[in-house]
Amino acid sequence: MTGGITSPGAGWRQADRGPATQHTTKKRRKRGGGRSRGEIAMVDDVEFTSYYGRQIVKTPVWKSPDVPLYLFLGGAAGSSSILAAIADLTDRPNLTRVGRYTAGAGSILSVVALVHDLGRPERFLHMLRVLKPTSPLSVGTYILSPFSAAAGATAAVELLGWFPRLKRFGGVVSAIFGGPLATYTGVLLANTAVPSWHAAHTQLPYVFGGSAMAAGGGISMVFVPVDEGGPARKMAVAGAAIELAAMHKVETDHGIVSEPFHEGRPGKLIQAAKTATAVGAGLTVVAGRTRLGAIASGTLLAAGSLLTRFGVFEAGIASTKDPKYVVVPQRERLEAGTNEHASTVTR
Amino acid sequence: MTSVSSASPGLSGIRDVKNRLFGPLPDVAEEAGYEPDHPKRVGFFTDTSVCIGCKACEVACKEWNTLPMDDSHGKRDALGLSGMSYDNTGQLGANSWRHVAFIEQSRAVDLPMPTFGRPGDDRHDHGPSPATAGDDVSLANAQQSVLNAEALSEFDPQTGQTGADKQIRWLMSSDVCKHCTHAGCLDVCPTGALFRTEFGTVVVQGDICNGCGYCVAACPYGVIDQRKDDGRVFKCTMCYDRLTDGLMPACATACPTQSIQFGDLDELQERADARLATLKAQGVETARLYGRDENDGVGGDGAFFLLLDEPEVYGLPPDPIVTTRDLPAMWKAAGKAAVMMVGVAVTAVLGSRRR
Repeated sequence: MTGGITSPGAGWRQADRGPATQHTTKKRRKRGGGRSRGEIAMVDDVEFTSYYGRQIVKTPVWKSPDVPLYLFLGGAAGSSSILAAIADLTDRPNLTRVGRYTAGAGSILSVVALVHDLGRPERFLHMLRVLKPTSPLSVGTYILSPFSAAAGATAAVELLGWFPRLKRFGGVVSAIFGGPLATYTGVLLANTAVPSWHAAHTQLPYVFGGSAMAAGGGISMVFVPVDEGGPARKMAVAGAAIELAAMHKVETDHGIVSEPFHEGRPGKLIQAAKTATAVGAGLTVVAGRTRLGAIASGTLLAAGSLLTRFGVFEAGIASTKDPKYVVVPQRERLEAGTNEHASTVTR
Repeated sequence: MTSVSSASPGLSGIRDVKNRLFGPLPDVAEEAGYEPDHPKRVGFFTDTSVCIGCKACEVACKEWNTLPMDDSHGKRDALGLSGMSYDNTGQLGANSWRHVAFIEQSRAVDLPMPTFGRPGDDRHDHGPSPATAGDDVSLANAQQSVLNAEALSEFDPQTGQTGADKQIRWLMSSDVCKHCTHAGCLDVCPTGALFRTEFGTVVVQGDICNGCGYCVAACPYGVIDQRKDDGRVFKCTMCYDRLTDGLMPACATACPTQSIQFGDLDELQERADARLATLKAQGVETARLYGRDENDGVGGDGAFFLLLDEPEVYGLPPDPIVTTRDLPAMWKAAGKAAVMMVGVAVTAVLGSRRR
């Protein structure tokens, strides 16, 4: 018996019986995915090895629609609270009221969605045992808790018409936490080993921040009289533009791990999201000053934001299910030597 | 040892410690808040070159930790064959804290072959007739290689031959939680259910975990998982209950070939380095250590491996990085994006005419 494990490199391959572990990804043409705006980077044929094609990282156990819905509601509530507080200070009562109701309802529903997502919902208070800056969920808990308390109370007081000065204070407090509430969710998803989320870790907060403004502005446009809805329209259009621009980078900057944003169900969701957001923003500019136009475009923008959250969420889920999204980028960075750390393999 | 901290290295107070999120840490337990008299960091060294795939480690682990049965896709109380190899465990998960991977490999023989005459014949003239006759150096090398191979084949159960032109080998490796120096699961746990023990290992407190599932998504190795019917997450504890009583973990105790070695981490690392050098000297060029380097993406593993092929062949990520390495950049981006939102909202309001 010679040879065995003695020769360098050795030429060992998966034995020809049984499922192959050598996979070659086909070169895929993206159709209907990228429209005409910008070239989608083609992913060349890549050869990689895996253990019987099994996934390496675990698929997140976060439930859909709980988590994507939370991302949407938190974002809409956060941006609405900011808009409401500034509208309050500049004396725009209708915009203020609608913003406060949106923020209050959104934050309460956010808490419900988040608690429902837990494996042990009755233990949700355990979230408040510690504060850990290394855990976006912990930091997020300390953003969502004061936000939902302030925004919920402000909305309730608004509804009942009590304590006008307390109302303003509550509105400002919720506005302070509103921005972080809308953007930390990007960190929440990115600070994982999920390839397609982590790769976009500096872009997701902007996607979600823009998406939040599109949603919050859109919802306000629907309910606020058009002559007072100017700020909502402006914020919604700016948010939609930021969302589209940041999302474009997420979709194109990251080579193979950008792929899940184009393919299958997540690809369709994101395509629909981009269409709704772009049409909604365009319609806002053209017809936002009419009641009907405001309702239509506001609804489209909110729907676009919701679809973005579902699309990003599901793209990440998809990227955990194929080992190529783990192996190929890690191999590439090993070969390029672009890491500032040593290889985990000692030869 | 009095203060048990469930905080991650990123939040351990005022002491000036470098590499809180990333890079080598000389003393993980002290960094987690233990007094300096804590026990030494312990770990596993899994030498897959002597693993025989008996799965005693899996059984011992299930027995000791009373883990439920599941099939190769993690489905609870289901009996099923994976249909791909002798591996019917499939992966690490909430109910499988040890997982023996089986990989059958073949290759065409391109080595100088020894002649197989009567026993003893080739002891006198070493049979190999390499193609490059005349080149003394390569001839000597080839002879050396064959000699080593012969020596190896006496004790290496993974060397085999099924025909004149093809060789088969089985790679078997018992996978386990890596108990990383920078553990992503521990960093992201929002309840403090995951904590660093005085032994430097990472353990879930079942009575604290509220099943948020963040650790499941954060583990770069795909180790920790949620039990669906229970809601909480579970993973290898390195038998914390046994360690506190001075016993070895169940898997290492059960391993019949010492493929799973338990001990103080620094000692295991020395042993692994020596084992790698031995294998290399014997011509096992494909041997390598995985998770041994303290400068790698997770600051080195508490449970590390000697592999005979690339990590991904065994279902291990080739270059894992703790996700929180990039967290400062993420918080910065989120902060900027939040400021941007306020800026846009202020501009939108001020830029609009009052009613």
